[in-house]
Amino acid sequence: MNGLDLFQLLLLAGIVVCGIAACQSKNLLVCLIIFMAYSVMMSVIWVLLQAPDLAITEAAVGAGISSILLFITLKKLRDIRKKVRHEETDETEAL
Amino acid sequence: MKKQTKPKLSERLRAWDAGSFDLTASIDPDPPVPTVEHDVRQEDLPPLVSLSERETRGFRRLYPVLAAALSAVLVAFLLSAVLALPPYGAADNPPHNEVMERYVSQGLDETGAVNTVAGVILDYRAFDTLGESHVLYTAATAVMILLLAAGGGREEPPSVRRIMEGDPILRGTARVQVPVILLFGVYVILNGHLGPGGGFAGGAILGGGLILYVIAFGFEPLERIVSGRVFRVGIASALCFYSAAKCYSFFCGANHLETIFRNGTPGAILSAGLILPLNVAVGLIVALTMYGFYSMFQRGRV
Repeated sequence: MNGLDLFQLLLLAGIVVCGIAACQSKNLLVCLIIFMAYSVMMSVIWVLLQAPDLAITEAAVGAGISSILLFITLKKLRDIRKKVRHEETDETEAL
Repeated sequence: MKKQTKPKLSERLRAWDAGSFDLTASIDPDPPVPTVEHDVRQEDLPPLVSLSERETRGFRRLYPVLAAALSAVLVAFLLSAVLALPPYGAADNPPHNEVMERYVSQGLDETGAVNTVAGVILDYRAFDTLGESHVLYTAATAVMILLLAAGGGREEPPSVRRIMEGDPILRGTARVQVPVILLFGVYVILNGHLGPGGGFAGGAILGGGLILYVIAFGFEPLERIVSGRVFRVGIASALCFYSAAKCYSFFCGANHLETIFRNGTPGAILSAGLILPLNVAVGLIVALTMYGFYSMFQRGRV
């Protein structure tokens, strides 16, 4: 087994670890970052599988755009939750 | 304006929570009475689900069992499909037929693309890519409709925006990285017919660069280049160009128009027939859609 094979095995193991970790993590932000790491490793694997087109797309879409959109969603959810909690405390004070 | 939208959002959320059939959530026994300005009236909502603790307990106990059973069925389905695949590397496998040989041997002559993947995506399978572009366009339109119907996303308070945009690390990084990212995106789009890359990946890179710029410096500087008008006109015209450029071959059974460009030659950007303009159109659609998504979620308009 040469170095490249070992590298590929490491990446494959990393993908499995990331997949399980993303499901197991309770914090959604951590989950997203693990998901990004998954995409980056996947894109390196695409290069090793001689599919550079897919590698570029995976890195741009999987690690870039979809993570950005999920981050925005997370931020929006936090804003809404904060706002609702804020209003509820206001109402209890008024009562 | 602010005073009006603020209670409205919470009312909406409550009405939504009360109307949705989320059995696992503990249900509010005393639903809030809607006020006058509340535009979803109580009688319009589906009837409230008022289940006792005993009933929900049964559901809660059953839920993981059912979820596991459903997952097991799905896994069995997928595994059986995988088992039905032909053995790896066998000579009579479906990919080892004349289609692939033709793609490799005559792809350059028939499509003009040195990069066979680009030739397949934008010429042999151009219909699929057209569908993808329309899906993106439809998704952008749907997001726009949803957000505008919900009263539009609110601009962030200026204090938050100033903190975010004033961050020296973010600004410094963006100042160095954004030009490189945009340049790389343009390179990937323009070289899609000669090497790895293409409209979709390049467009995603361009969109990501634009989003990074906006996060660091705000929407105002970019407004001069990518305004709402540019967004709408750009997406629609790119989509129309793609449809117009390819519909001839869709309707005429892949008999192509003669193109003014020669066949692809490595190193020559202006070659490879229709592949390059199609790549540019797809890249424009993807980049504008990605940026549009971000902009719409962040401030409710493009």
